Amino acid sequence: MTIDGFTNKPVRGGRAKFLVGGGLIIIAVIYLIVSSAQASAQYFMTVEEMNQKGDAVLGRAIRVSGAVVGESIRYDSTTFQLEFEIAHIPADNQEISDQGGMAVVLHKAVNNPSLPRIKVTYSGVKPDLMRNEAQAILTGKMGEDGIFHADELLLKCPTRYEEEIPDQAVDG
Amino acid sequence: MIENLGFGVLVITLIVCIYGIFASFYGLRKNSLAWVESARKAMLLTFPLITLAVISIVILLVSGRYDVQYVYNVTSNTMPLYLKITALWGGQSGSLVFWSWLLAAFTTAVTLRKWNRDREFLPWVIIIGLVTLVFFVSLVVFVENPFVRFWQTPTGGRVVSMFQPVEALLINPPDGRGLNPLLRHPGMIIHPPMLYLGFVSFVIPFAFAIAALITGRTDDRWIRVTRRWTLVAWLFLSLGLVLGSRWAYDVLGWGGYWAWDPVENAAFMPWLTGTAFLHSVMIQEKRGLFKRWNIILIILTYSLVIYGTFLTRSGVLSSVHAFAQSAIGPLFFIYLTFTMVVSLGLLLYRWSSLRSEGTMHSVLSREALFLLNNLLFMGILAVTFWGTNFPLISELFTGQKVTVGPAFYNRSAGPLFAGLLFLMGVAPLSAWGHSTVKTLGKALWKPLVGSLLVLVAMYVGGIRQWGALLALWLCALVIFITLYEYIRGVLARQRRSGEILPVALWNLASRNRRRYGGYIIHLGVVLMALGIIGIEMFQTETQATIPPGGSIQLGQYEVSFTRLDLFDTDDGRNVARATMSVSQNGRPVGDLFPRRDFYYDSGQPMTIPGVRSTLEDDLYILLVDWEPITSTGVTFKVYRNPLINWLWIGGFVFILGTLVAAWPDKDPEPTRVSVSRRNIASRQADG
Repeated sequence: MTIDGFTNKPVRGGRAKFLVGGGLIIIAVIYLIVSSAQASAQYFMTVEEMNQKGDAVLGRAIRVSGAVVGESIRYDSTTFQLEFEIAHIPADNQEISDQGGMAVVLHKAVNNPSLPRIKVTYSGVKPDLMRNEAQAILTGKMGEDGIFHADELLLKCPTRYEEEIPDQAVDG
Repeated sequence: MIENLGFGVLVITLIVCIYGIFASFYGLRKNSLAWVESARKAMLLTFPLITLAVISIVILLVSGRYDVQYVYNVTSNTMPLYLKITALWGGQSGSLVFWSWLLAAFTTAVTLRKWNRDREFLPWVIIIGLVTLVFFVSLVVFVENPFVRFWQTPTGGRVVSMFQPVEALLINPPDGRGLNPLLRHPGMIIHPPMLYLGFVSFVIPFAFAIAALITGRTDDRWIRVTRRWTLVAWLFLSLGLVLGSRWAYDVLGWGGYWAWDPVENAAFMPWLTGTAFLHSVMIQEKRGLFKRWNIILIILTYSLVIYGTFLTRSGVLSSVHAFAQSAIGPLFFIYLTFTMVVSLGLLLYRWSSLRSEGTMHSVLSREALFLLNNLLFMGILAVTFWGTNFPLISELFTGQKVTVGPAFYNRSAGPLFAGLLFLMGVAPLSAWGHSTVKTLGKALWKPLVGSLLVLVAMYVGGIRQWGALLALWLCALVIFITLYEYIRGVLARQRRSGEILPVALWNLASRNRRRYGGYIIHLGVVLMALGIIGIEMFQTETQATIPPGGSIQLGQYEVSFTRLDLFDTDDGRNVARATMSVSQNGRPVGDLFPRRDFYYDSGQPMTIPGVRSTLEDDLYILLVDWEPITSTGVTFKVYRNPLINWLWIGGFVFILGTLVAAWPDKDPEPTRVSVSRRNIASRQADG
């Protein structure tokens, strides 16, 4: 067998090594995608769903969205521990716009004590947008203590969802 | 008045485009040059027309016409002039007009070239350009109109509309909402336009590919014609991506530059297939292989551009159900489906005329390594596509939305990127048609030894993470190979011509710009990889709350808090600015000013880091939280990002290399490399 590979091999055999090589790479890519997806999948839930599922969600990576209850915000800037509660907001965009838009939904959620809530704890810098009625998108795990331990905290500004059409100018 | 002018001009543009499409078809039918010429003139007319629309919007923005909904949404009294102008692309409807304007610019530019050799392509390129323009301008005219205004009806209701409702009065708010503070940054001037230019300009190679399929001219002509256009499109897209990550680093306040965000991925995916395409066409030019694959790649690239813009504009990412809330989502989806079906249909129609002219024999030949390159790029595309669409798919099929974070992308695409890094070094050393371990080894061994020495040095220097060692070794390998190739080439040239070094270097590169430009691009990529490795694997951070006079230690750096200033600015911000003195190993190196801006009109805060940049690292300080003077102090977060500036330097080198590669060559067009047994034997004899 010569090193250069270009002897009297039939062309068919020549094609085979490319097909096999290419196939191996494709299999490798699929394996990488599947294994990484399983390891890093995060389930999107609402506060209500999390409360309902109870223990079933323990230990699973979850992404949950809720309205920040302003009066519950506690921040220790020496230890960088942030604690707050979020109230349930619906996940369905149709439902949100039916209720009058995200700003209305956030406002209602915070002022309605009968809506489900969960406690959240987060280690790190308190985000600029952390305030009453902000929309918080958290990624993390529910702990055995019933408190959601957030690894990632994303906030959306409530004023973004202001009224579509503004008021007439005072001068007319 | 102006808003009516702007809208009217867009309606006229639509009519002109439709005329152009019909004229082109008619000219084809009747074999009439005159009709095709008329269609070409119609195409030329679109650019000045849309320019008028753009000017109208800019005038409205700059003069604070808050009765116009778009102006109200994206500008405010306190915004500086330059931001009011860039607000043209600050919102959905304005950016669609901007997109149409750039599209018209490109299609006009291509119509102005010399068409003598490609007369049969012209009508089809015109048709495809105009159809795309019709789609985008229709979106603006019928769905997302930037000229609609606020009205108050007699019954007291409030309405948004283009034309005055019966007996309604115009509402004139005193101020607008203003652009999102994150967008109020010089980056706004350049990042969106570069990105849009990149997206839009891919329509040119796409149009030529389709024209080639329709006319049956499936030889290399369409590739040669569009070679420079493709490079330009790719250049803009690359620039847009790099600028976007720089902007994120500057203002988003989390010390990062890429988050695998769906919007980022939407721009990254066409870049991946575009890069694969740039390499793959070389195989067709040199060996006559992969003709069908190249057509698939350009169709895929263009489709991904449309898909990307659909993803980001339709709201489908927040929820599948948000998809149908505006008409934009379904319309983009229909357009995308139409484009893909027609393109792929044409490809199948011409399938047999795209037969390869040779075969691949050697696994180590350059074409085989380019094939591997393509497979790796497609692999990364698959990873990115899957990660971006996984939430949609899971929600659609299981009702439960599942997302994946950056960890997914790093784990699955990491090895593929490493593979590409390795290929970038080795592939340029292989020959077209045939390469063996022996010939490759001969070209490789000196730079390989050099890189292994670097590897040992790094290990001895204290680096133990195997991932970092592997990645850094690959970078060293590619750098050494590139330098070695340049040195070899220059020395060989000097032996022949006796030129002095700089002249030899210049002439070497200009004789074969594609090759040596390519080397520079690869060098740029490696430098960027170096920056990414530095920040991803060696970043250190700390945070603390300190009173004025206190200090924070991070490695060899000490950061002292001098004082905090509070003041208002002219453009409507309340600023809290800290003065920090930095010293490195005891030696003072300067002051930094991290700050918090609070925008009164939008009520939104923004964190701007204080950064000290050197080749070695960035010292990145964030002002996190502060309370009135009586309490414990101010909270700061300090990052040390090693090598990060090589990311930006590499980006610059990358762009430079693309310019070199794109510059017109003195040499005639590349010729086929014939691979016969005689050739191989003689090459082997040369060693």
